[in-house]
Amino acid sequence: MRNILLFISRYSHLIVLLFLQGLSLHLLFRYNRFHEAVFSNVLNEITGSVREGYSGIEAFFSLRRENDLLREENARLRNQLKEDYAWPDSSSRQVNDTLRIDTLVQYRKFVYMPSRVIGNTVNAERNHIMLHRGAKQGVQVGMAVTSPSGVLGTVIGVSDNMCVVMSLLHAQTRIVAVLKRGGGYGEVSWDGADPRYVQLTKIPRTTLVRKGDSVVTSQYSDKYPPGQLVGFVERISEDQQSGTFDLILRTAVDFRNVHHAYVIRNLQQAEMDALRNRIKEPND
Amino acid sequence: MTDLLKHIFRCCVFIFVQVFLLNEVPPLHRYVSPHLYYLFLLWLPFRLSRISLLLIAFFYGLTLDAFMHTPGLHAAACTLMAYVRPFFISILLPKEAGETGYPEPSYKSMGIIPYGTYIMLLTVVHHLYLTLLEWLQLGGFLLFLGKILASTGVSLLLVLITELVFSRKSNYRTNMS
Repeated sequence: MRNILLFISRYSHLIVLLFLQGLSLHLLFRYNRFHEAVFSNVLNEITGSVREGYSGIEAFFSLRRENDLLREENARLRNQLKEDYAWPDSSSRQVNDTLRIDTLVQYRKFVYMPSRVIGNTVNAERNHIMLHRGAKQGVQVGMAVTSPSGVLGTVIGVSDNMCVVMSLLHAQTRIVAVLKRGGGYGEVSWDGADPRYVQLTKIPRTTLVRKGDSVVTSQYSDKYPPGQLVGFVERISEDQQSGTFDLILRTAVDFRNVHHAYVIRNLQQAEMDALRNRIKEPND
Repeated sequence: MTDLLKHIFRCCVFIFVQVFLLNEVPPLHRYVSPHLYYLFLLWLPFRLSRISLLLIAFFYGLTLDAFMHTPGLHAAACTLMAYVRPFFISILLPKEAGETGYPEPSYKSMGIIPYGTYIMLLTVVHHLYLTLLEWLQLGGFLLFLGKILASTGVSLLLVLITELVFSRKSNYRTNMS
């Protein structure tokens, strides 16, 4: 017994070191579970409030750029208003009736919720964006996030008033995307190298690809509304073994200057999930 | 008391600089990730006990992790650094640590060459461990080596600049005062 106590007192530093190392490595490799349990509730609120104060200062310097972006988007949206489509008063007049979609909620699929960006990294291999909108304001884990210019990422952690978004620039990002012109489906990922470029792999060789083509989210996605910009084709290379194209995309969003975001909610998600679960059951 | 306040103030400033300046700088290259925050641990007083040094390092690292969404990554690197720090000090400092007149490591208290070695060794330990942990999650041996070398170089440069710009006025303690 005495020897054990002697041993402990002699190697107490080493024991404390091993304990703390074990603790931190546990946190590190149990990343996702821990993230939801502790980070999202307590730490998010604290670091969020600090980041919020700082981003207020930072946002001031990019007001002009942001204004331009929002004006562009406004112009694009205004061009879709039905007031813009007026025909001469004749029998061929077309009425763009949106009433049905707005009154009967079940036909609407996606709802956009605006939000301010209060934290953003681009230099790490796992980048995150923090938004000032949380569970109390309708955000749930798994929702898609876009900015006025394109896709940003997916919500992975929610607290009462903040949420953390896995940026498109994250080593674990996988988004199904499609070439707008050629129509080939592929998978967007990021290799951690350059925040201006992401990779699009598994595009079939039969697809027509040209430099500068837009890549958008596909209609098969649960989270993203179809047609959200991901990026533009920058370089094309062929994977000889699998017979597919590997493309390098320039991201549509300038990830170093992100100040506004939309959290997108899929209103039909529950129904889709329920249907999927029902199909799975007979196999089990 | 003022010493404690000084160190708390330093802690906040280092975290702020690391989170809002160094992490926001557009990277020169994918290998280069500048770090300065660990200088706080290098500047802690000699006479802290090793256990409290470890605990301070752990919570300091965890604070940074909270901002960077990497739970445990920097905490692990910091605790390892805090563990090996007393060894290096006792090797590099001719006298018994704590018996010098100066309260904390600086080029005045240790001499320029021992202090430089001390900074360099601990920087290498920090980056080696940090990059190793990152490498376990994302492969690539060249990335691993390149990142250690490049990041260590850039961080050492930052430390040098900090040392030159902020000359700490550590007063020599004598029996007179």
